[in-house]
Amino acid sequence: MGVRVQTEDFDLSQELISMRLSGQAKKEGIGAIVSFVGLVRDMNDGDAINMLTLEHYPGMTEKALQDIELEAKSRWDIIDSLIIHRVGTLQPLDQIVLVAVTSAHRGEAFSACEFIMDFLKTSAPFWKKESTNHGERWVEAKLSDDVAKARWQK
Amino acid sequence: MISKINYMNIKVLYFARIKEAVNYSTEEVDLPSDISTVTALKNYLSQRGETWGNIFNGKQIVRAAINHQLVDDMAVIHAGDEVAFFPPVTGG
Repeated sequence: MGVRVQTEDFDLSQELISMRLSGQAKKEGIGAIVSFVGLVRDMNDGDAINMLTLEHYPGMTEKALQDIELEAKSRWDIIDSLIIHRVGTLQPLDQIVLVAVTSAHRGEAFSACEFIMDFLKTSAPFWKKESTNHGERWVEAKLSDDVAKARWQK
Repeated sequence: MISKINYMNIKVLYFARIKEAVNYSTEEVDLPSDISTVTALKNYLSQRGETWGNIFNGKQIVRAAINHQLVDDMAVIHAGDEVAFFPPVTGG
């Protein structure tokens, strides 16, 4: 399991190659990789976005993401997972976040990947600030994200 | 008889719009030892003036973490803890 919080961009195909060809994947009979990449929107709430700044809580962020991975691993039969989340200044259509999960069969990887994203959205300490033609504004948390998380309640 | 007030030292961190409102990110606070929960700390900080009152008067959602763990308002604070206040998260 891996967690990276970084300003630099990431290369999806490189990350998937590493996960696909790892010793662990081979040993545990990998048969599926599910990945999700989240992007900076170019429009939000009717305004064009010029720039997005992501702030986070160093130390807690990594711990929160690791806890989410551990929870996913306890719920589904997955081989490995990776979360990369960027911070700092981003442009519209830049990649923000990558979640990738490997497993023997697709069902487990699909569910675990979605679970990790839903929990990341509501539990990991990141905050987005948008720059529009009307100035800067903090992005408001969405009720729909809480609803998405709640459906995983055991 | 005069009762002696004990203090405990904690670190308090602020993030995002709360950090911008108070104009700094980190401080050490010598907290009277009867202030022992997140709710009590919020009330204590809200008495610092209008800016602080507006943050901690309950009208906006303020989440808290103790030592990197999300907690609710009843959570207990101990000496040496790192307590953080921030708005609902918006990552991903």
